[in-house]
Amino acid sequence: MTSLTAKDKDTVKAFWGKISPKAAAIGADALVRMLSVYPQTKTYFSHWKDMSPGSAPVKKHGATVMAGVADAVAKIDDLTAGLLNLSELHAFKLRVDPANFKILAHNILVVLAISFPKDFTPEVHVAMDKFLAAVALALSEKYR
Amino acid sequence: MVKWSDFERAAIQDIFSKIDYDVVGSAALSRCLIVYPWTQRYFGSFGNLYNAAAITSNPKVAAHGKVIMAGLEKALKNMDDIKTTYKDLSVLHSEKLQVDPDNFNLLGDCLTIVVAGQLGAAFTPEVQGAFQKFLAVVVASLRKQYH
Repeated sequence: MTSLTAKDKDTVKAFWGKISPKAAAIGADALVRMLSVYPQTKTYFSHWKDMSPGSAPVKKHGATVMAGVADAVAKIDDLTAGLLNLSELHAFKLRVDPANFKILAHNILVVLAISFPKDFTPEVHVAMDKFLAAVALALSEKYR
Repeated sequence: MVKWSDFERAAIQDIFSKIDYDVVGSAALSRCLIVYPWTQRYFGSFGNLYNAAAITSNPKVAAHGKVIMAGLEKALKNMDDIKTTYKDLSVLHSEKLQVDPDNFNLLGDCLTIVVAGQLGAAFTPEVQGAFQKFLAVVVASLRKQYH
């Protein structure tokens, strides 16, 4: 869709600065919601013994995902180049249908709304929505 | 026919009993117009929608937020047959207002986020699931009369 403006990037970086201490918990909560509200996403995690909230695999993976988002924030000026390795991982090894990136993004936004009710203003909401969409696009780059 | 579990019925009724209708409708519609600006195409008569501040303080947006909540309350009161309850609303949106039905999902996502912000930790994954199911049925019912 649309590329990130300078204002979008500043908004994302400033908001990320506020939320990054809670990043792992945000990731875990977003994953739990995704698996619960969109059960078809569980098909990617059949190798986990335990998918329940608070379980070790969910916590670990929530942290992994948010580390990727942190990396994206750092590389916000060139996401395609910056996320090349992650794109190859998702395209060739994980083969996650890219429609699911949107689903996870939605759940991240829900968690942000719950955890940061005052800071997650409409302006921050649109910047984060655009940013996560841009990350999804960069992750899809190597698919075909 | 949509089947609602006891948990889902209770959760959905509970959400609507707790949220501030005046705040939620207006906030959700504002976010929709801000986050997905192309949705402004349906609100040409609303005046100043030039930036987030203008949208958030626009009295027509606030008034229309209330209209939307009234519509949702109709569905809430007729959960076992939202499809029939919404027949006229669906015709209105398709034939008179000519709204691209994909926009219903965008407003739905904004409603979810605003309700989440209002309820906080009480908006558990299970409650979120129930609420999103309710919205999905509402959207499907609004889409029903599109030809």
